[in-house]
Amino acid sequence: MQFTSKIMTGLAALAASTSLTLATPALADKASNTLNVAFAAEPEPLDTYKIAGRQGLILARHIYDGLLYKNLDTGEIVPALAESWEFTGPLTMEFTLREGVKFHNGADFTADDVVATLNTVIAPEYGTRYSISVDWIESVEKLDDYKVRINMAKPFAGAIEMLADALPIYPHAFFTENGSAGMAATPIGTGPYKLVAQEPGIRYEMERFEDHYAGSPKSGATIDKIVVRTIPEMNTQFAELMSGSLDWIWRIPPDQADRLEGRVQIVSAPIMRIGYVGFAPEAMAGDTPIANKLVRQALIHATNRGAIVDAFAGGASKVLNTPCNPAQFGCAQDVTSYEYDPEKAKALLAEAGYPDGFEMEMVFSAMPRPTAEAVAADLAKVGVKLVLNEQQYSAGIGKWRAKELPAFFSNWGSYGIGDTAFILSNFFGGGADDLVQDEKLAAWLTEADTASDRDVRAENYEMAVKRIADEAYWMPMYNFNVNYGLSNDLDFTPHPDEFARWWASSWK
Amino acid sequence: MLSFLSKRLLVALLVCVTVSALSFGLMFLSGDPAIAIAGSGGRAEDAEAIRVAYGFDRPLVIQYLDWIGSALTGDLGQSIYFNVPVTEIIGNRVGVTLTLGFISFLVALVIAVPLGIAAALRPNGWIDRIALVIAVSGQAIPSFWLGLMAIVVFGVWYGMVPISGAETWQGYILPVVVLSYYAIPELMRITRSGMIDVLATDYVRAAKAKGLPMHLVISRHALRNAVLPLVSLAAVQLGQLLSGSIVIESVFALNGLGRLAWESLLRSDLPVVQAIILILSLLYVVLTTLADILNAVLDPRLRGAS
Repeated sequence: MQFTSKIMTGLAALAASTSLTLATPALADKASNTLNVAFAAEPEPLDTYKIAGRQGLILARHIYDGLLYKNLDTGEIVPALAESWEFTGPLTMEFTLREGVKFHNGADFTADDVVATLNTVIAPEYGTRYSISVDWIESVEKLDDYKVRINMAKPFAGAIEMLADALPIYPHAFFTENGSAGMAATPIGTGPYKLVAQEPGIRYEMERFEDHYAGSPKSGATIDKIVVRTIPEMNTQFAELMSGSLDWIWRIPPDQADRLEGRVQIVSAPIMRIGYVGFAPEAMAGDTPIANKLVRQALIHATNRGAIVDAFAGGASKVLNTPCNPAQFGCAQDVTSYEYDPEKAKALLAEAGYPDGFEMEMVFSAMPRPTAEAVAADLAKVGVKLVLNEQQYSAGIGKWRAKELPAFFSNWGSYGIGDTAFILSNFFGGGADDLVQDEKLAAWLTEADTASDRDVRAENYEMAVKRIADEAYWMPMYNFNVNYGLSNDLDFTPHPDEFARWWASSWK
Repeated sequence: MLSFLSKRLLVALLVCVTVSALSFGLMFLSGDPAIAIAGSGGRAEDAEAIRVAYGFDRPLVIQYLDWIGSALTGDLGQSIYFNVPVTEIIGNRVGVTLTLGFISFLVALVIAVPLGIAAALRPNGWIDRIALVIAVSGQAIPSFWLGLMAIVVFGVWYGMVPISGAETWQGYILPVVVLSYYAIPELMRITRSGMIDVLATDYVRAAKAKGLPMHLVISRHALRNAVLPLVSLAAVQLGQLLSGSIVIESVFALNGLGRLAWESLLRSDLPVVQAIILILSLLYVVLTTLADILNAVLDPRLRGAS
């Protein structure tokens, strides 16, 4: 398949470049001011609170708005549906709402919408996909038509991040009557685009919303219409992009991106997602070589991560030394690093009592097979035999949580959020995914996750990140990048949170 | 004839039950569905809530009986991914698959049968040679490759047909060509070999000897006998075309059942996967049973045999 892909890209490129005279050129979409987009995976039903995949979330963010918005270029939280906000107590926040905002169905946006939406989605029976996104809200009260108070159930440092476009506000009358299924069937928001037609999972058509409120962080959209289709086969997407019937595709494998370069616009951008090998000192009740710190350090020294990144990730990816993305708040970079040094690795293994190495299982999920094989090949050189096992993420993480795996090679996206809180707490905070169970770490992380003072948070995260590196609990691999394939006419800026902002795109 | 029919139907029913039970059990081998639904960002708590919400915490046997019980009343459950009834999703997608499958089947038959007969009339003649080339290449070329090449040449290069999607009828042209090309070889080869055998029999020689024109010899005597294995094979082929077009549907971005099954499998949408497996296995059973009955009608010898 890989080989054929290469032939295919080459042939298609050849065809595209030599056949201009033969084919009737497709109508440039710049002319009709329509952006044609393809995803390989089907978007989920458009109720943001139930969506896990990026495709559905991207569409949803064009249709709905949150109370706040994060400007990723400056790192600043800016007003959206809320004009201003303040902490009125350790567990209460008050928001002054913007007046004059209209929903796509003509309804006026008021405090009722905020109260009805949030109070509905925090109820466990609503089934919000990620409980972490809403379980910090105790209740929401209406103070007057344009003022609401959020009562927090617990201190949560990610609260503001969550309110920044991850928790959209629905029109209360429609939402109360029709529920989640109704929102998915007829999405109505205040966003810069309104959905005018959809075949769920297959095709979506959005039009610019002319009454989008002034002062919105998503204002200034210039493209009239956006058509999104699902085309599962990447090669078919390439063919459509080159023939002009698509303007925007993404997640192009690095080798394919190289081949498309020059024929279409290829943009590579780093994202929050990072690849890692997690070590589990707790696995098999601690009865594995991985429980030994020297062994863990040896394994990192033995892996030529630089070569792996260059060969298989490419683009904007870099080797990491931290269990978080350097672009995230709290991810201090001044930590112990383990350079590639097989001799040192052998010495460490001998010191740990494994001069002849050992054998251990490593499951890899949602990582390219060649990267896992490269790790195994490097470790084999110092005598450690990895038994590789590729599994679906659900099977892999299930085995991890059952403490049956000494090593797990996968990746984590932090929900696209620029804060280390999520990844560190998930894997080192003492929960089900934490197979380190380091009490010091858990205490620092609890402090960092709940403090409202940014300096206190940064300080505690730094201690945690340093300790994880010192103890070699993880072998961080690299930050992911995404390759976008764009029409030569399109001006599009990618963001590290993987949320495409088509409202900010335009034609050159 | 009646006992033949009832035996066939009983076997068919047993096959359906076995397939549905097997497919139900297999789905749980590929990992915990609750974790899969929670996604890679899901915490253990999220997975636990999902496990309870969808009843994955109950014993497998209970889950199966519950599912098969509602399936018998026509309720195939709710899609976990789309949050709408499974029957509604399948209803939306089955049209594309049926259209693609039946048209490809007809195209394949219309090409394969005459070509097979012509090849059999003059074995090793030039028609036979051409037919052989088609058969070998059709068997050897993977359909995804052929599909992509067709897209490059006719979609990108000449711009004669849409590259993907089925928004217009033109969108079906390439998928039908590729899919039927894949079905032609077997149908043609079995027609050819059946015809060669029959043409060598005494009754065909007798028919020729009594001065019957060749087209009547073929249609009245030879084909009727040669067609029996063809009917059985055609039923299986039709089943394959209807259920096995996953690759073609993916390459051409057609939103049929095959692709739905594949995508649902990836996102652990168990109710949809189970429903599709059930429907497709039912379809196979119906088709092969129909073929058996049709053969029994065509050939009295078969009626007593089984």
